[in-house]
Amino acid sequence: MRALTWQGKHDVRVETVPDPQIVNPRDAIIEITSTAICGSDLHLYDHYIPRMKAGDILGHEFMGRVVEVGPGNKRLQVGQRVVVPFVIACGQCFFCQKQQYAACDNSNPADKADMSELAYGYPMTGAFGYSHLTGGYAGGQAEYVRVPYSDVGPIVIPEGIDDDKVLFLSDILPTGWMAAENCMIEPGDTVAVWGCGPVGLFAIQSALVQGAERVIAIDHHPHRLELAQSLGAEILNYEEVKVREALVEMTGGIGPDACIDAVGMESHGMSIDNVLDHVKAAVGLGTDRPHVLRQVILACRKGGRVSIPGVYGGMADKFPIGALMEKGLTIKTGQTHVQKYTQDLLDLIMEGKLDTTFLISHRLPLEEAANGYKIFKEQQNDVTKVVLKPKVVH
Amino acid sequence: MPSHTSPSNDAPLSANRRPAKAAAQKSGEESLEKFELIGRTVTIARPREELFRFWRDLKNLTSFMENIESIQVLDDTRSHWVVKAPAGQTVEWDAVIDEERPNELISWTSTAEASIKNAGRVEFRDAPGGRGTQVTATIIYDAPGGKLGALIAKLFQREPNVQARRDLRRFKQLMETGEVSTAEPPAAAPRT
Repeated sequence: MRALTWQGKHDVRVETVPDPQIVNPRDAIIEITSTAICGSDLHLYDHYIPRMKAGDILGHEFMGRVVEVGPGNKRLQVGQRVVVPFVIACGQCFFCQKQQYAACDNSNPADKADMSELAYGYPMTGAFGYSHLTGGYAGGQAEYVRVPYSDVGPIVIPEGIDDDKVLFLSDILPTGWMAAENCMIEPGDTVAVWGCGPVGLFAIQSALVQGAERVIAIDHHPHRLELAQSLGAEILNYEEVKVREALVEMTGGIGPDACIDAVGMESHGMSIDNVLDHVKAAVGLGTDRPHVLRQVILACRKGGRVSIPGVYGGMADKFPIGALMEKGLTIKTGQTHVQKYTQDLLDLIMEGKLDTTFLISHRLPLEEAANGYKIFKEQQNDVTKVVLKPKVVH
Repeated sequence: MPSHTSPSNDAPLSANRRPAKAAAQKSGEESLEKFELIGRTVTIARPREELFRFWRDLKNLTSFMENIESIQVLDDTRSHWVVKAPAGQTVEWDAVIDEERPNELISWTSTAEASIKNAGRVEFRDAPGGRGTQVTATIIYDAPGGKLGALIAKLFQREPNVQARRDLRRFKQLMETGEVSTAEPPAAAPRT
């Protein structure tokens, strides 16, 4: 089959690789119809995530049609259309039973789990196409993909709904939704969202659906701010205004009730032995990006809530622990428990309460994936989301 | 056991800063001090009886212990183990189950002829709050070549501590999900 493979920093190529096969009884093989490039794929592209190997197949936002199921899978049938969560979860461990799917204790293979256990105290969960820290599973920017524990994750999509309406159930829509849910929104609340990338935009939409009175969005790309505005957010361009002062004034001196950091930090030190290298590598960004989390914590009102969907991997310098404690803030964060949200969000899409298609700026054949990465990285204002279509031949 | 040699905390031996010394003190067997002691606990969301039964049937162990070439059950308590070692070699020994409490404990010791003397125990306890079973494996062994042998083994990732950690993860996966997680194609996937 053809697949987008990682070869090194800023070097991804579509190559011919062996077709995936059923390995375990609960596996399924999916023929991909749509697969997106995620903002977090750029961290791989930039080689900020360690434990990548040349030839690794990328992609963790994908959907398609079931073409083969293992003998232990009693749920999926050949021919069904499914969206696949980026988190691989077994459904049976302590964490899955608590619906903390992104903490699944079983999906990361035993030999791959050592590194993250060393870095974080406990091993990370398995995920598609996201380095050998999260299992080394082949991703879905390909014609086919093997889906482990496929009787738990994939959600069946009724015929007749466009891929583009449901594809983002795989990651960014639930991620934006959980980011808003982590704000524990109450009537009258103002929610401030830093970062108007795909997750930030979905967090804005979700916060309004979840009952926020106002959402204030912060970014510097004019087009992304425009999209935020079209969703109903008030906007702040941080290149033009002093963000904290603006937020204080706009909320009558109280401050935002909840703040979402949808930026994250590219200095991913995912393992202890890489932390220093990554901090060094990130020096150019070091005064900028940790600034977001610091600003979030300072801007949030006393007794407010901070939600962090943005990805962090290592250590933070000058973390305002005093403001956090003295103001009595609540912080909620984490990788998304995708499987917990997919059915409810599919229902909201079907009812027309959530729209995801506005985000897609580019649809490309799989063969043009390398260019998709390049423009997504270099033209962030205009390129808001790239969706690859493996079945489309150019 | 003299009380003044008892460890003054409730942690398992393996969490001690000097595990073998703690074991020697606890047992009163001074000779244990020169051995290596490792241990690891996992919580498995399955009943104690089921886990005990699976483990007690020793030939099942090859389904999640990556390093085992073969286990031959000789009789009710004796078994013959062939284990992979660094540089493509194998080591073999006979083990005898010297204590067994149904659904609670299996303890074994290698026979006197074993080239790597070892002993161990697997304990099964109910986890709190209906979370299943806490399984603790503790192994004490005579590192071949002493410290240097342990270092070499570590370089080849055959160090018993790494092996035990990964084996228990696979045991948990197999018991909870019915399969062993892998990102490998069929030919390279772990056997189950």
